Amino acid sequence: MNFAIYTNYFTDSRTMIRIFLTLFLFVSCLEAQTKISVPYTRFTLKNGLNVILHVDRTTPMVSVNTWYHVGSGYEKPGRTGFAHLFEHLMFEGSKDVPEGMFDQWLEAAGGNNNGSTNTDRTNYFEDLPSNALDLALFLDSDRMGYLLTNMSEATVNGQRDVVKNERRQSYENRPYGMAFLMLDDNLFPPNHPYHWPTIGSMADLSAASVEDVKEFFRTYYAPNNASLCIAGDIDIEKTKQMVEKWFNEIPAGKPVPPQDRTIPVLNEEKRLTIEDNVQLPRLYMAWISPASFTAGDAEMDMLSNILAGGKNSRLYKRLVYDLQIAQDVSAFQNSQKLISSFIVVATARSGHTLQELEKIIQEEIDKIKNEPPSEREMQRTKNQFEMSFYDRLENIGSFGGKADQLNNYFYYTGNPDYFNEDLSRYFALDGTDISAMAQTYLKDNGRVVLSIVPKNKMELSAGGPLTSTEGK
Amino acid sequence: MKTYQSSLKLLAVLVVGLSVTLFSQMPDRSKPPELGPTPSLKMNAVQKLYLANGLPVIVYEKHDVPIVQMYLVINAGSVNESENKLGLAGMTASMMDEGAAGKSSLELSDAIDFLGASISASGGLHSSSVSLRCAVSKFDESLKLFSDILLRPDFPQNELNRLRTTYLTSLMQGYDQPRVIAAAAFSKYLYGSNHPYGRTSVGTEKTLWSLSVNDLKNFYSTYYKPNNAYLIVVGDVTANEILAKLETAIGGWKQGTLPAAPFPKIKQINGRKIFLIDKPEAAQSIIRIGRVGAERMTEDYFPLQVMNTILGGSFTSRLNNNLREEHGYSYGAGSGFSFRPYAGPFIASADVQTNVTDKALIEFMKKLNEISQPVSDEELIRAKNYLALSYPDNFSNAASIAGQLADMMQYHLPENYFTQYIDKIMSVTKEDVQRVAKKYIDTNNLEIIVVGDKAKIEEGIKKTKIAKIQNESVIDVLGPMPNLR
Repeated sequence: MNFAIYTNYFTDSRTMIRIFLTLFLFVSCLEAQTKISVPYTRFTLKNGLNVILHVDRTTPMVSVNTWYHVGSGYEKPGRTGFAHLFEHLMFEGSKDVPEGMFDQWLEAAGGNNNGSTNTDRTNYFEDLPSNALDLALFLDSDRMGYLLTNMSEATVNGQRDVVKNERRQSYENRPYGMAFLMLDDNLFPPNHPYHWPTIGSMADLSAASVEDVKEFFRTYYAPNNASLCIAGDIDIEKTKQMVEKWFNEIPAGKPVPPQDRTIPVLNEEKRLTIEDNVQLPRLYMAWISPASFTAGDAEMDMLSNILAGGKNSRLYKRLVYDLQIAQDVSAFQNSQKLISSFIVVATARSGHTLQELEKIIQEEIDKIKNEPPSEREMQRTKNQFEMSFYDRLENIGSFGGKADQLNNYFYYTGNPDYFNEDLSRYFALDGTDISAMAQTYLKDNGRVVLSIVPKNKMELSAGGPLTSTEGK
Repeated sequence: MKTYQSSLKLLAVLVVGLSVTLFSQMPDRSKPPELGPTPSLKMNAVQKLYLANGLPVIVYEKHDVPIVQMYLVINAGSVNESENKLGLAGMTASMMDEGAAGKSSLELSDAIDFLGASISASGGLHSSSVSLRCAVSKFDESLKLFSDILLRPDFPQNELNRLRTTYLTSLMQGYDQPRVIAAAAFSKYLYGSNHPYGRTSVGTEKTLWSLSVNDLKNFYSTYYKPNNAYLIVVGDVTANEILAKLETAIGGWKQGTLPAAPFPKIKQINGRKIFLIDKPEAAQSIIRIGRVGAERMTEDYFPLQVMNTILGGSFTSRLNNNLREEHGYSYGAGSGFSFRPYAGPFIASADVQTNVTDKALIEFMKKLNEISQPVSDEELIRAKNYLALSYPDNFSNAASIAGQLADMMQYHLPENYFTQYIDKIMSVTKEDVQRVAKKYIDTNNLEIIVVGDKAKIEEGIKKTKIAKIQNESVIDVLGPMPNLR
């Protein structure tokens, strides 16, 4: 967390200076940013569990959201996909919750639940009527404290099959589904925590054992490596007592082993082509970019909108609207804890090649590097970001609800209510910031250019040898 | 053991009693905690108003987030298209924001994006909609653009040409997607390609090419009328203030005469059929099993919801528990009724690993047959609680509330419908569940779609003897690949 806290200070002080200057210089033409805040109460149990509470009585529901600060970026080579497989096992019962009852008891109380895993963290939620909060805390504390009591080979095998089918459904049987696995494989060196996919390889999934489950649980699933956020129709004092009742008895774990944080460098252009059962070729251009909430992260996020957000964005307008040589184009900053990636994706229309698309994308990126986006483009993007922050305030539960966001900000910045600071990052920017970061990060000699082409249509590729996805 | 446990508990109570501020309670993990009294759904008023031109406006005030969500619904969609103009409703809606009141597509888009707003239009089966979402501080300017798009669309020829190519390309991309192929096959073989429920709403290559600017203008001027529409407004506004603004912005929208819309009869499937659609090298087989279900206003609506929840409507449902948790054949299995003004389909579905396609089909059939036997008390209570107690979650955000209110308007539900929902679900009996299971899950008359690697799965499916296999190709289902001239 030291790294994140340092980052936080750094971003903060820079943002303040920028806001001051911007208001001073452009006070007549700039619309002021509204303050967005989600008030919370925070405390830490003796065992190190971080607890965040937020009251919202719009509906008589409550969301219990738990983040474990471990994701696929903490896995060992040979056991890729393990953090995610483990996430599945968290629903299969614990000491006082027989297999199958986690879901049955929750549904009988009107509850929904789910979990997800990425490179940095694993999150879980239960959304349920507020009268059933005690039930959710019982279930969550039981699996945090006593998951392993009933863990068996059969349980692991069952979820191993489910996860393999998840991989088939979400990657292998989906058109272009192997793209992001191939991008990470090429962007990051083999020893980097982001090199392998969160879903894991089929071979590694087959190799996972009950012993691995036990070791992983003891290492990463301790209260001191987690944060619990409860948002909704709650009473702060009563909720605090309930949390203490259920979680206080769980012993703290050892400090989590450090992650390899060597910053990867990509000093070459890698070109590759894969074939898929598709009608149209699709181009992916990917770069390594700044980690989430570090300098440059907001710039790259804004750049993605300027390039591909809306009909008037640079790439959409040229490729899809004017030239009509692409069916779609998108760009995004995939913000992650250690390092991020910036990705542009475009699908060629029938009769057009990926070389044609790449040429235009290159022209537009070069243009942004040399000439800052206009004042109107900047303001248009800021206004869209501002609205997206409002959008994020409506739901308390599920993925992306307020409970999940408070945990998210806490993990990445140390401050659960980082909403306003986060939005300020965007409002602090002007066009030259965008050009500067495009110059720094969107290097022609440090990127991955992946072409996915229909079978036997190598001539549509933007270059690079035909590569197998076998074993990825 | 029992005595020992009780005395431990007593001790714990004493400790808590003695030093209530120093120690928290000891948790009792021997059974799940009792639930407190169920909280009631506190809804804000559903205010039904009318503009002078007759447009019904439903306002639901919600002041926790400074946003406004508007959802204008036109009672016309792809069911109102003629056979040779399939795709017309969807294209008309998509073209609404491609030029309006003299502003070009790009100018409109820039103006909307600059406000941080979103305005979009889309066409469905029985309805089309134009929606607006924006910050309340940008509402007045956004409403002006909304009214331009709704009342003064220009339907420029060049934009139609552009969108047509986009749609034809989407049709082409459907050939890549096993799930799209399965959905198209399911509707086509169940309702027939001459029935509005048997087609995809995008249209076909031939009909898309036939669409002209005049067709769009005619569809618009026939159906986009205040006496054929309603407007839902949810968000940080008051009814009085919004009504005045709407009167100014869209009060000039004139009523019109609507043509009669006969709806072709729906025939239930007769016998059991398997349609096997070959997708070489597929890593999974897409399974879709079903038949014609029920219309939204059926008196069986609530028993059907409960029955389906037990069968395949939740994580612990029989289908998901069997195919995912017990056998690991799939990442997830489920079922659902698609409720529409006329009987939409019932579909049970899963994407399964190729080499267990036959076994998965056998399990599907078992579960579909078993649901006609009485369900257990525990299952019944769990399903009813799951539906009823989670119901308030539908009123947490503006878009979801607007969806609920649109349902109310489309099906003329009483205004106390929402507060009665929980009681209606809770009063469903075991007998009701069995009755609707027998009536609607008739496994002798069932359509089964499998999209997968024929060479690897056909023999196995044959051996299950569930039904005769009819082989189809992707071309049979989707038609010839669009030729992009």
